[in-house]
Amino acid sequence: MSGKEYRTITDVKGPLVFLNKTEPVAFGEIVTLRLTDGSIKNGQVLDTSDDMVVVQVFEGTAGIDRKTGIRFMGDVFRLPVSKDLIGRILTGAGKPRDGGPEIIGESNADIIGAAINPYSRESPEEFIQTGISAIDCCTTLVRGQKLPIFSASGLPHNDIALQIARQAKLLDSDEQFIVVFCAMGITAEEYNYFRHDLERTGALENAVLFVNLADDPAVERLITPRLALTAAEFLAFEHDYHVLVIYTDMTNYCDSLRQIGAAREEVPGRRGYPGYMYTDLAMLYERAGIVKGKKGSITQFPILTMPGDDITHPIPDLSGYITEGQIVISRELHQKGIYPPINVLPSLSRLMNAGIGDGKTREDHKSVSDQLYAAYAQGRELRGLVAIVGEDALNERDRQLLKFSDIFEDTYLRQNRDEDRSITQTLEMAWDILTNIDTKYLVRLDQKWIDKYHPTDKK
Amino acid sequence: MSDKGSIYRISGPVVTVTGIDAKMYDIVRVGDEGLMGEVIELHGEKAVIQVYEDTSGVRPGEPVINTGETLSVALGPGLLTQIYDGIQRPLKVLEEKMGVFITRGVDADGIEMDKIWEFKPSVAVGDEVSSGQVIGTVQETETIEHRVMVPPGKGGVVKEIKGGEFNVTEIICTLEDGSELAMLQRWPVRSPRPFVQKYAPDTPLVTGQRILDFLFPLAKGGTAGIPGPFGSGKTVTQQQLAKWSDAQIVVYIGCGERGNEMTEVLTEFPELIDPNTGKPLMNRTVMIANTSNMPVAAREASVYTGVTIAEYFRDMGYDVALMADSTSRWAEAMREISSRLEEMPGEEGYPAYLSSRLAEFYERAGRVETLGGADGSISIIGAVSPPGGDISEPVSQGTLRIVKVFWGLDAGLARQRHFPSIDWLSSYSLYPTALDQWYRENVAPDFPDVRTKISSLLQVESELQEIVQLVGSDALPIDQQLTLEVARMIREYFLQQNAFHEVDTYSNLDLQYKMAAAILSFQDNAKLAIEAGAMLEDVVNVPARTDLLRGRFEENYGERIESLVTKMNKQIASAVEAED
Ligand SMILES: Nc1ncnc2c1ncn2[C@@H]1O[C@H](COP(=O)(O)OP(=O)(O)O)[C@@H](O)[C@H]1O
Ligand SMILES: [Mg+2]
Repeated sequence: MSGKEYRTITDVKGPLVFLNKTEPVAFGEIVTLRLTDGSIKNGQVLDTSDDMVVVQVFEGTAGIDRKTGIRFMGDVFRLPVSKDLIGRILTGAGKPRDGGPEIIGESNADIIGAAINPYSRESPEEFIQTGISAIDCCTTLVRGQKLPIFSASGLPHNDIALQIARQAKLLDSDEQFIVVFCAMGITAEEYNYFRHDLERTGALENAVLFVNLADDPAVERLITPRLALTAAEFLAFEHDYHVLVIYTDMTNYCDSLRQIGAAREEVPGRRGYPGYMYTDLAMLYERAGIVKGKKGSITQFPILTMPGDDITHPIPDLSGYITEGQIVISRELHQKGIYPPINVLPSLSRLMNAGIGDGKTREDHKSVSDQLYAAYAQGRELRGLVAIVGEDALNERDRQLLKFSDIFEDTYLRQNRDEDRSITQTLEMAWDILTNIDTKYLVRLDQKWIDKYHPTDKK
Repeated sequence: MSDKGSIYRISGPVVTVTGIDAKMYDIVRVGDEGLMGEVIELHGEKAVIQVYEDTSGVRPGEPVINTGETLSVALGPGLLTQIYDGIQRPLKVLEEKMGVFITRGVDADGIEMDKIWEFKPSVAVGDEVSSGQVIGTVQETETIEHRVMVPPGKGGVVKEIKGGEFNVTEIICTLEDGSELAMLQRWPVRSPRPFVQKYAPDTPLVTGQRILDFLFPLAKGGTAGIPGPFGSGKTVTQQQLAKWSDAQIVVYIGCGERGNEMTEVLTEFPELIDPNTGKPLMNRTVMIANTSNMPVAAREASVYTGVTIAEYFRDMGYDVALMADSTSRWAEAMREISSRLEEMPGEEGYPAYLSSRLAEFYERAGRVETLGGADGSISIIGAVSPPGGDISEPVSQGTLRIVKVFWGLDAGLARQRHFPSIDWLSSYSLYPTALDQWYRENVAPDFPDVRTKISSLLQVESELQEIVQLVGSDALPIDQQLTLEVARMIREYFLQQNAFHEVDTYSNLDLQYKMAAAILSFQDNAKLAIEAGAMLEDVVNVPARTDLLRGRFEENYGERIESLVTKMNKQIASAVEAED
C-alpha cells in the first residue's frame, strides 16, 4: 500500500492507539509507528472503519504522542520461513537475537495460520516413549498430540519438559525431533536454563528459539507463539520434520490477552479474561497434529503455571478443554521430594488409547494403567480416612491399597532426571508394585493378563 | 439502497455495511473475495453482518452483495456419511478445492448436484399428495432408504411422476398446479420444519450403556444434557451414543471442539458395525464439524444446520439422535458475536437471549406425527462444558431448565478412572414412568423393581459412607458391611463400563438386566450365608464371584452369566459349611 504516513492519532489507551480518517485499512494489517525520537514500533489493526482505526502496538505505547507517524504496510503479519530457521534464536517478534543474519524466506507465511480441515487430519497414534513411567504408562503421549503441562510457580516443570525433549523417541526409529521453543514472558534465568540444556545435549542445532522475556514487550507475546507455530508448520508440512513445540508460559500469554481486552473496554469474562479466550487459545493449540499426505507432524507441549495452584482458573480450564489431555504437576509430591512430581489422577492423555496396546506398546498396557489408577486413587483416598480413624479400622483390602499408594509414589513415580526407562521396564515395574495387592482385589485386570504377566500369579 | 452496499467497518467476524437493502438473516457476499456472511442486525442505514470466514485483509469500502436468500441447507439424497462445516460445506469438497488447510472464499454445495440416484416412485398420476408426503424412495446407503417428500407448503394432484435414474435437481414429479418437484429441497436453518403434532415419548433410546439405560434412560424424542468439566467423559459418552444407540439416523455436531475427535469418528465409524443392522455405522451418520479454531460465526450456525438435517430425516419417519458437543461452545459463539455488536450483556457476558435460544434448540427435539402421517422422532443430547466444572453458570442452568435427563459427570470419578463418570446420586431422568411399560414388556416384568432396588442400594451406600468416613468400615455391623460390598459391586461391575473395551463397550438390555439381577442374587445369598454363620470375607471372596465379575470382558458373557451366578451361589452356601 501507499507509503503514506498519518499523524492522526486521537487517543492512546494502554497498548492501543486510535486514529481517524485514513485510507481504507485492512483488518489485521501490519502497522509501523515512527516516534518523534525516531524509534520504530510495530502494531496490528484490530478494528477498522471509514472513520476510525484501532491499532494494537506490540512494544507498548510508551513514548507515543499525537505527532507519532503511522504507516500501514498493506499486508497482514508474515514470517519469512526457510529451513535456515533451524539452529536460530529469534526475538518474540521474529528478528534475529543471536547476532546472525536476517532470515531470507523461501516464502512469507501468514502467522495466523489457517485451520486444518478436520477431514484432512490423520489420527495421531504413534507412541512416543518419553522414558518417564508416569507419562508412558499412565498418560501416554503420541506423535501429533497437544499435551500441556499444568504446573505452578516453583515446581520443576522445566526439568520435565527438558527431560521429555531429550528422551522422546519413537520405538522403532531414531528420527530426531526438531524442537521449536517459544518463550513468552519467562525470566532470563529460566530461558538460559533451557538454552544451556539444549546446547549441552546438542539439541540447539536442531532447534528454533523464539524468545520474548519478562522484560520484553508484553503485547509482543501475542504474536510470539504464532510465529513459533508458523515456523513449526513450515518445517513439518513443507519439509517433513517431526516438530516438538514447547511453549512457556501460556499464563503470560493469556495475561497479555487480558490486557488488550481491558484496553478495548470489552465485557470481560471470568476473572477479567476476554470471552473469546477459548477461541484464541484454540487457534494456537489446534495447530498441532498430522495431516494427510504430509510426512511431518507437530506435537505440542505448552507449559502453563496455574495461578494459585488452581486448576479451575480460566487459563488451565480453557486449555484443558482444548488440548488432548494434561500432565498435572503436584506441589504435594514435590514437597515429598518426588521427581517428577506428576499427579497422575488429574492427568490425562486423551489420545492414549490410540497409541498403546499390542504392536504399539504391549497388549496389557491399558489394563495395567487402569488398575494403577484405580488402586492409587483408592489408596490416596484412604490416607484421609486413616488420619481420622487410624490404620486399625481398615480392612485387609484397604490396608493393601494404602500401602500401595506409597509404593507407587516412592518407586514408580520417582525417577532420576536422566533416567530413561523403556516401556517394557515401565510395565514390568507396574506389575511388580501390583504384587503388593492380592490378585483378587485387582478387578481392573483382565484374567488373561494376570495369567500371562503377573510376577507371582501367572500360570 | 440496493442489493449492493459497501463495507463501513470490520471488527473480527463482524462487518458493518452501508447502502445495502437487506432483511434480517439474508445471506450476503462480503468483500472482494465474496466471503459468506449473514445479516444479524439492522441499524438505521447500516446492516451488521456476521461473516462465516476469516476477515483479515478485508478493507472498508469493499463491496457487499445481498443474495436475498436466508441461511439454508440442501436436503436430499447424499447427506448420509457426509462431514460438513457449520454452514453445510462438505469438508471433503473443501479439501479438494483448497487442500488440507481451510482458506476462504470457496463455495460448495451441501449435496452433490450431479450424482445419479435410482428413484422409485411410490405415488401414481392422479394421486392427491400433500405436504410432507412421501412420493418415492432412493436407497441412499446400504441401510437407509431415503424417502423423498413433497416439500412443506406444496401439494396437489400428481400430473406426472417419473421413475429411474436422476440427479437431485431433475424434475421427478409435476403437480396439477404446475409445481415441479425434484429430490432436492432447501430449508432455512433457523426455522423449525413443520409437523402435525407432538406425542409424549414412550420408547427408550437404547444406548447399550448400562448406567444410562438402566438408571437414567432417555426416551426417543427426549432431551438430555451432559455437563461436566474437561476430561470427565462428555465426548466419549456422546460418541458411545452415536455408535450404539438404536436410533436409525445419527447427526453428530462437533461444535467448537477438537479436530482430532472428528477425525477419530471419521476413521472409526466406517469400520464399526451397527449392532442393530449389522452394517457399518457410517451409513446412518451425518457429521457437522466446526472445530474450535474454525470461524465462530459458522460455529454459531452449526447447531441449526445439524438440527435441520435431523428434522428432515425425522419427517421421513425415522428416529433420529442428535448429539451436540458442545453446546457451551455454541453459546460462547453467541457471546462473542453479541459482544462485537456491543449488545447489553446478560449474565457472565452472555447475551440476554441465551436461555431462549437454548430452549428453542431443545424444543426442536420430540416425537411427532409428521406432515406425511408417519411417526418420527429427534432425541437431542447436548454436552455442556461449564467453566471450572461449576454448573451454576448460565449455559448449564439454561440447559437444565429444559432437558428431561441430566447426566452429571464428576471429575472425581474420572480421576479414579471410574467411567462413565456419571454421578449416580445427582443425575436424573424424568422418563422412567413413561418408559416402564416398555421395559416390562420388552425386557422383564420386574425390570422397574430391579432398577429401584439398585438405585436405593446406591443411596444407602452414600449414607453409610458418611459414617465410614468417621469410624472406618470395620466398625459397621456386618449387614451394613455387606451392603457396602454389594454397592461396590454395583459401581465396579455394573456402572463402570469401558468404552474402549471391545466387549464391554456395549451391553444389550437383556444382559444389563441379568447383571443387575446377578448383583441382587449375590446380595440375597450372601445375606443368608452370613445369617447362617459365614464370614463376610469368605462370602465376598468366593472364586466364582471373581469369575462372574471378570467374565463381563469376555464374549458370550450373556450366555454364561446365569451359570456363573449359580456357581457363585453354591460357593457362598458352602462358605457356611466351611464355618461349621
Ligand atoms: N466410558 C468410558 N470408558 C473408558 N474411558 C473413558 C470413558 N469416558 C471417558 N473416558 C476417558 O476419559 C477421557 C476424557 O473423556 P472425554 O469424553 O474426552 O471428556 P470431555 O469431553 O468431558 O472432556 C477419554 O479420553 C478417555 O480416556
Ligand atoms: Mg469433549
